[in-house]
Amino acid sequence: MKIIRKRRDIHHGDRYFYFLLKGLASGLPLLLFLIAAFLLKASWPTINEFGAAFLFTQDWDPVGEHFGVLAFAFGTIVSSLIAIAIGAPLSIFTALFLTELASSRVAKVAGFLVEMLAAIPSVVYGLWGIFVLAPILRIHVEPFLGKTLGFLPLFQGPPYGVGMLAAGIVLAIMIIPTITSVSREVFRSVPQSYREAAMALGATRWEVMRIAVLKTGSTGILGAVILGLGRALGETMAVTMVIGNRADISASLFSPAQTMSSVIANEYAEATSATHVAALLEIGLVLFLLTFIVNSLARVFVWRASLGRSAR
Amino acid sequence: MNTTELRETLLDVRNLHASFGGIAALHGISLSVIANSVTAIIGPSGCGKSTFIRCLNRLHEEVPGATTQGEVWLDGQDILSADVDPVTLRRKIGMVFQKPNPFPAMSIYENVVAGLTLAGVRRRSVLNEVVEKTLNLAALWDEVKDKLHHPGSSLSGGQQQRLCIARALAIEPRVLLMDEPTSALDPISTARIEELIGELKREVTIVIVTHNMQQAARISDKTGFFLLGELVEFTDTSVLFTAPKDPRTERYITGRFG
Repeated sequence: MKIIRKRRDIHHGDRYFYFLLKGLASGLPLLLFLIAAFLLKASWPTINEFGAAFLFTQDWDPVGEHFGVLAFAFGTIVSSLIAIAIGAPLSIFTALFLTELASSRVAKVAGFLVEMLAAIPSVVYGLWGIFVLAPILRIHVEPFLGKTLGFLPLFQGPPYGVGMLAAGIVLAIMIIPTITSVSREVFRSVPQSYREAAMALGATRWEVMRIAVLKTGSTGILGAVILGLGRALGETMAVTMVIGNRADISASLFSPAQTMSSVIANEYAEATSATHVAALLEIGLVLFLLTFIVNSLARVFVWRASLGRSAR
Repeated sequence: MNTTELRETLLDVRNLHASFGGIAALHGISLSVIANSVTAIIGPSGCGKSTFIRCLNRLHEEVPGATTQGEVWLDGQDILSADVDPVTLRRKIGMVFQKPNPFPAMSIYENVVAGLTLAGVRRRSVLNEVVEKTLNLAALWDEVKDKLHHPGSSLSGGQQQRLCIARALAIEPRVLLMDEPTSALDPISTARIEELIGELKREVTIVIVTHNMQQAARISDKTGFFLLGELVEFTDTSVLFTAPKDPRTERYITGRFG
């Protein structure tokens, strides 16, 4: 009898544990919805007042109470695209080197170090951006670009150092670990038999990588890049420190700009009027939706890439 | 039997040794492959038969820690020598693998011309011609001619394997190596590929590894029996399967081991 009761007690423990875990596991998705609902509710005053115009105007005048997100959306999207343009090729080629060419020891060490880039706090990236990167850009890189490529609107205007280009470069470094490690997984999951098929057709090493590895993994690589984009879109601290914080839409990469996350970080403490607070919250909502969509898209691509492989 | 004896030797393997990471896989293999014939390599798993044909297009040496010694003569040249570029060599010696492996991100058309585009052939008219010709050779044209731009992976396993055969033939190799090409296929697809091999030998010299003795007996002119990295016996297929000289061959073909 005693033994049976004891066993039942254990069984009860299992049940409590089950409900505990179930509660926690279902609580987290709920949290996502609660945050979305909070943002929606808190930004309702400006949604109501400005409607769609909020998305398409670039006025940001807390005193006159005119608010539009366009300049910040521009800053967010352009700085992230610069980051992708610089970071994605670097990451993809790094991953390709680590999986296809490097010895397993080099791959392990170098792979670890690249992933450690993700462990550096973003405020440290910001400090590096201000004190190291921005002066280099201001004194060397931007004058040089202006001289050689100055016929393009992208490279016109005074070299400030801090600005869109600096933000893009810092972001690029910050998203390299993400894109590199996901791409490595993608390349590693390409079956050896495709590499051999390419070799047997007379492909050189590089051609093997191009037709067997890169082409086969293209969906997964796209997913990795979008995942990196998702990270860049939401990054706040480092960007706020190096982008110059001016709500401008300028064609020049040298000019200061401001992102959705940096305007929130800069202004939330001093926003006094209810409309100003609601406007900042609405920016938060837009940013939340944007990163949510981008990240979901990335997951779908990465998932499809690995699913397609295992089905074969 | 006499007719094959009269034909010229295309591929002459002399004292071939191979190893993986210090472990010997082939011990001094010597055999001659006759032009426009089918040579079958049989033997139990792990006997070195795959390693053997992977030495012939130098794919073996791509595995880390693998070594090859000996000579393989093709067109008056030792293709294992250091001054032969394996990349160039592999355009002369094509290969079909155990598992059908058309490139998944490429269409049927792109798969067939993959080797040609690597070799720098870009002219559409040339490529179109090669696609039709080689898919016909691989007995796949009628089945795919209306969907050349569908992905190669949309085909059935047997069709995929014939696509891989077409892909290998498109660069007009002298020799076609086949590493258990039907072991992943159903009996009907297998029969189609066997039939195809019989027709292809007019175009190309075939060396095929198979674990299926009936297959070797059905399709090959000469058969080599490998055991533990040694070539036990190599002779006309009809002789090997009816009057083997070596008792080990006899035991294997009568199904007493392996």
